[in-house]
Amino acid sequence: MNEWPLWEVFIRSQHGLAHKHVGSLHAADAEMAIRNARDVYTRRNEGVSIWVARSVDIHASSPGDRDALFEPANDKVYRHPTFFPMPDEVKHI
Amino acid sequence: MKSLLFEYVLRLADNGLVLAQRLGEWVGKGPILEEDIASTNVGLDLLGQARLWLAYAAEVESSFAERGRTEDELAFFREEKDFRNLLLVEQPNGNYADTIARQYLFDQWHVLVLAELACSRDPRIAAIAAKAHKEARYHVERSSQWVIRLGDGTDVSHARMRDAVDGLWMYTGEMFTVDAVERPLIDAGIGADNEALAAPWQAAVRSTFAEATLDVPEDSWMQGSGGGGGKQGAHTEYLSRMLAEMQVLPRSYPQARW
Repeated sequence: MNEWPLWEVFIRSQHGLAHKHVGSLHAADAEMAIRNARDVYTRRNEGVSIWVARSVDIHASSPGDRDALFEPANDKVYRHPTFFPMPDEVKHI
Repeated sequence: MKSLLFEYVLRLADNGLVLAQRLGEWVGKGPILEEDIASTNVGLDLLGQARLWLAYAAEVESSFAERGRTEDELAFFREEKDFRNLLLVEQPNGNYADTIARQYLFDQWHVLVLAELACSRDPRIAAIAAKAHKEARYHVERSSQWVIRLGDGTDVSHARMRDAVDGLWMYTGEMFTVDAVERPLIDAGIGADNEALAAPWQAAVRSTFAEATLDVPEDSWMQGSGGGGGKQGAHTEYLSRMLAEMQVLPRSYPQARW
């Protein structure tokens, strides 16, 4: 059964707004992948919605690029809205 | 009437119990990990349903018998001839096409009978059936998709699916029989009229088989259709061996606890 492609599974939980990656599985096509995801990943009431995507279709950033990609954001605190003092007169923020 | 009700609920219970045990035999040996888990889920659904039916059967029995048995006693301390399941569900697993064919032919009936029973005048039957019906809808969805995949798959999978259906077909007639146990319960609005389920079942099976490029087998002699089948306790040779494995532990160690 090695020829069945790998799929990544994303589940939205009862109270969650976004689908979260929960794992992967093998299936012949998308329909079977959703069915298998239901049986493998929602047995304990984990979700109300399932997404699946072929693993080969997911492109990832390289772990080696971590510093170059993410390090520069570390010292730029002014990108957080809380960095700026708000005048007392401004309401409803 | 109470003893008829007991018999009837036992029939519902034993279908689930026996088929769950058969599916349990696949655990760890499924054709692929995902499928192993999926068929186990179906088995556990059926076992859960069987427990609800058995618990109700035990209650009904205690209302007319000197000593009512418990759910566990009914499951583990009855002999083969006291089991009331359909002949179809006790058939051995065979290859995966055999297992899928058995599952689909049963699921397609099960979902119909549970829909009927959800409207039963017996509130307990109606409640259990309504819960079980949701599970059965998924079961038939899943097993019909596998019938289509295997039937409309490769030459090998098609041949296996066809052989599986041909081999099990003679056990399908029993699902649509009504005997002296069921007739009064149907008249009282408590039981489901199996005879009325034959037409919708055949239509659904024809449609699934058409998509699966499988021929519907020609009607021939149906096992148990004359009233001497699994529902009356006359089983095929396979049930007693299955029960031996299922019951050995509680019979050897009656006091065993988890």
